[in-house]
Amino acid sequence: MIGMLFTVVLVLAGLLMPKWLTFLVTMAAAQGLVSLGILLLMRGGVVSFGQGMVFALGGYAAALGYSRLGLTDALGLTLLGGVTAMLVAAPFAPMLARYRGIFFAMLTLALSMVIYGLLMKIELMGGSDGFNIGRPTLLGQTLSDARVGYVMYSLTIVTAGVMALLSRVYFDSTRGLLTVAVRDNELRVEYLGGSVRQAMMINFILAAFAGGMGGALVVMSLGHIDPNFSYWTTSGEFVFVAILAGWQSVLAVFLASTVLEVVRSFSSSYFPNTWQLALGLFLLFVIRFLTRGIGSLWIKENRR
Amino acid sequence: MSGTPMLRARGVGIRFGAVVAAADINIEIMAGERVSLIGSNGAGKTTFVNMITGYLKPDAGQIELAGRDITPLEPRTITRLGVARSFQIPQLFDELSVLENMLVATACHDNRLSFWEAARRPAAIDRADALLRRFRLDEHRARRVAELPGGVRKLLDIAMAMTGQPKLLLLDEPTSGVSADEKFPMMDIIMGALGHETSAGKMTVLFVEHDMDIVERYADRVVAFYSGRIIADGVPKVALATDDVRRYVTGELVQ
Repeated sequence: MIGMLFTVVLVLAGLLMPKWLTFLVTMAAAQGLVSLGILLLMRGGVVSFGQGMVFALGGYAAALGYSRLGLTDALGLTLLGGVTAMLVAAPFAPMLARYRGIFFAMLTLALSMVIYGLLMKIELMGGSDGFNIGRPTLLGQTLSDARVGYVMYSLTIVTAGVMALLSRVYFDSTRGLLTVAVRDNELRVEYLGGSVRQAMMINFILAAFAGGMGGALVVMSLGHIDPNFSYWTTSGEFVFVAILAGWQSVLAVFLASTVLEVVRSFSSSYFPNTWQLALGLFLLFVIRFLTRGIGSLWIKENRR
Repeated sequence: MSGTPMLRARGVGIRFGAVVAAADINIEIMAGERVSLIGSNGAGKTTFVNMITGYLKPDAGQIELAGRDITPLEPRTITRLGVARSFQIPQLFDELSVLENMLVATACHDNRLSFWEAARRPAAIDRADALLRRFRLDEHRARRVAELPGGVRKLLDIAMAMTGQPKLLLLDEPTSGVSADEKFPMMDIIMGALGHETSAGKMTVLFVEHDMDIVERYADRVVAFYSGRIIADGVPKVALATDDVRRYVTGELVQ
């Protein structure tokens, strides 16, 4: 409920925002979708260090859909990005579902770097330079220069809002509870007749869908894509946001993502060479004083 | 007694390297029986339980559940066929509350895993609460499991095994780690809770136990293990009185 209200308020507020701010929030919300995927995985006890992979897959799918297939609808491209990332990720899910902890993290990292390497080499897709795409349309309407920023902003906010809502429903569902149970005690889940591997696979595939949509949305707002989408530092930022947010709150993911964008854009203009330092200090502070992430500021332990 | 036995083991054997943990185990257990597995440490009781649940695969022989060969099946599939177990060391979800532990159990057993159906829907909570009451765990329902004392953890472990109303319930040392004067009250709670189920579906119970007073009071049949073999099988009074059991299990001097 609060999430829906928040979405509507943000969409309306976008009308009043200066252009740089709408762009910043668009980026934050779109990338927040990727971190939302990591949150899904974190609830099951694993962290992916390679979500840049699905981010890039979604981005390239949307960009290629635009430039090669002539698909220009922003909503359609967003879904195309999500579905493509999901389909490419799905075959790896059974293998990844068998690994935990650092092994899961490293395998996902390896996968994302393989994709990075491939994208660098394929000249058809622009190689290391990537390529540009034009302005998308929405539901048959062409968008003027003046409007495209706000429309992309609204689409991104609404997509993020819908995904946040669906995530909340999923987290509160029986399967959502099972995921948390898997993190606690896999043996017991199996002995209750639940499938640990299935739970892990589902989470990985859903995370890919969310991440792919995030990638598509970013590409459409940026108008450009390159292999760095799949580079490990990009993946690292998504993990950073997920840790910042903690695993309890969906809203916190988008807040954390916004924090990252704000810190990034301000510090890169004021102290361009040391902005990672500011980010690092901030993360240290969060880990020391808010172990469960910023989500723990308003989500109380519902037990005790 | 007639008909197909609930559980039948035929020539079951398993070895770990040079250790024979089970050799040519043959046993038939009829529906509704309360069977106690006894034997000293390492005699093969828990190994036998682990083979029934599919956690260990026997090297020889086969295990049937109500006439169906379950030897090659995965633990999860065997669970779905109606075999549930509790653990000597309780296997719980420590970060969740007692109620949430039960909700996970009921959702799994009902095969009602869903992306949208709320875990905390009233019907599920009512069912979980009913079971918690039966095990006298209702006063702890909101507590985080990691904070619970040992005896309560044991009871919760068994309550979770029972949520699916299994046909065959395996209890691995239900009273281990519980002080002597709490053992009988605890067994009374467990057996009392089972009683409810029996009227509905005749639950068969196998429990591993070291305390012979408990065995005599709660089992209607005793199966004694010694170094992977069954050395006695019968009603408690008779089985416990055999020379082999007195020598190898209860540790008495036999002339």
